[in-house]
Amino acid sequence: MSREIRLETPLTDADVIPLRIGDRVLLSGIIYTARDAAHKRLIDLMDNNQPLPFDIQGAVIYYVGPAPAPPGKPIGSAGPTTSYRMDPFAPRLMAAGLKGMIGKGNRSQEVIEAIQKHKAIYFGAIGGAGALIAKSIVSSEIIAYEDLGPEAIRRLEVRDLPLFVINDTVGGDLYQEGMKRYAQAP
Amino acid sequence: MREIPVSEITETVARLCIEANIDLGADVEEAFRRMKETEDSPTGKEVLDLLLKNAQIAREERMPICQDTGLAVVFIDVGQDVHFTGGSLEEAIHEGVRQGYEKGYLRKSTCHPFTRKNLGDNTPAIIHTRIVPGDKVRIVVEPKGGGSENMSRVVMLAPAEGIEGIKAYILQRVKESGSNPCPPIVVGVGIGGTFERAAFLAKKATLRPIGTKNPDPELDALEQELLEKINKIGIGPGGLGGRTTALSVHIEMMPCHIASLPLAVNIQCHAGRHKEAIL
Ligand code: SF4
Repeated sequence: MSREIRLETPLTDADVIPLRIGDRVLLSGIIYTARDAAHKRLIDLMDNNQPLPFDIQGAVIYYVGPAPAPPGKPIGSAGPTTSYRMDPFAPRLMAAGLKGMIGKGNRSQEVIEAIQKHKAIYFGAIGGAGALIAKSIVSSEIIAYEDLGPEAIRRLEVRDLPLFVINDTVGGDLYQEGMKRYAQAP
Repeated sequence: MREIPVSEITETVARLCIEANIDLGADVEEAFRRMKETEDSPTGKEVLDLLLKNAQIAREERMPICQDTGLAVVFIDVGQDVHFTGGSLEEAIHEGVRQGYEKGYLRKSTCHPFTRKNLGDNTPAIIHTRIVPGDKVRIVVEPKGGGSENMSRVVMLAPAEGIEGIKAYILQRVKESGSNPCPPIVVGVGIGGTFERAAFLAKKATLRPIGTKNPDPELDALEQELLEKINKIGIGPGGLGGRTTALSVHIEMMPCHIASLPLAVNIQCHAGRHKEAIL
């Protein structure tokens, strides 16, 4: 049975190593949003030895392009986007200190290996549950690339963001295992 | 001849964009509840509960169900006895999308294919017009998300592959899509016609309310068979493992060329959004 675990960012090895696929995590603290266009710019900065717009050590990146905030709300609907588009960039960021990624959908073999090598973790948020997830977001502020619109980098403060562990540090993959467990012979 | 000012079209399209994105259809919620009963996976049940809760929060807080509020796909059936006044019909539809996405705090997702620059107002809408008898206008707005659209395909099968080839292709497509299109999904299938018509039929199939029967008994049986097989793959709600991979399979079919067998699979995510109005 899955366990429920509360975690605070920034994440450390001690937070990440015990996590196993299927664990339910309620995440609190500061996380950063980035999609493909923002990832490309982050890698360009690293290529040119420029500082990143946020501290990557122990950081968690959420793959999301939120809907605009209605009046009186910190953010609009904010569910995960499909993660594979970030696969070409993710291993570089993990090597630089990134500890957690939040998205939906399968990761590439390179990303799964980098997760093990750098002791990072891939969380799944419930795809399409954007209104529910927005309830866990306390504040939101654009910190870079405002020109990218919904794809700008935001600093989010989250409280008890509901997540599932998809890929862990020992090579587990919930999408694969879950499907196997419930597959029935046709 | 009935006159309809195009401003009415704009207002209606704007309202439907907002409603479709915020109020999940009763048929989808009903399907979540029904599938929860047969779901074996505890995590799967939990995800279905979260999706029901998500729909409720969206409705109460007037927020979109999902942040990807889609490209606005607009189906418009125009009675041939209608005369539109005050401007261009298509421009009125685009304007409705523009206004709806702005007023409803919906995300704008149209961009230039090469530069990827966001166009900022979610236009152009994808418009499918049909001229029908009568003096009414029927408008359906289906905001279509990128995640599930990216998992959709059109394929020209060899006629010899036949119905078995069709089944195998659909099952493989769903399996390969895995968790990407936000399961539980609705599988829209278009069979026959030409290359582009098959795709259109598949999209149209996603509009049929979940729980309604296909009027063609042969296709109805095929839908049931495919649904059963899809729900044995194991992908489950959110892709986390379970029985509820699809809520339903909808098929539209028409005759095709003697040399070809076009097949389109349009995957719709659990945010199976569409709203309709008749003027
Ligand atoms: S696939 Fe559908 S539910 Fe999932 S993120 Fe896209 S629009 Fe939302």
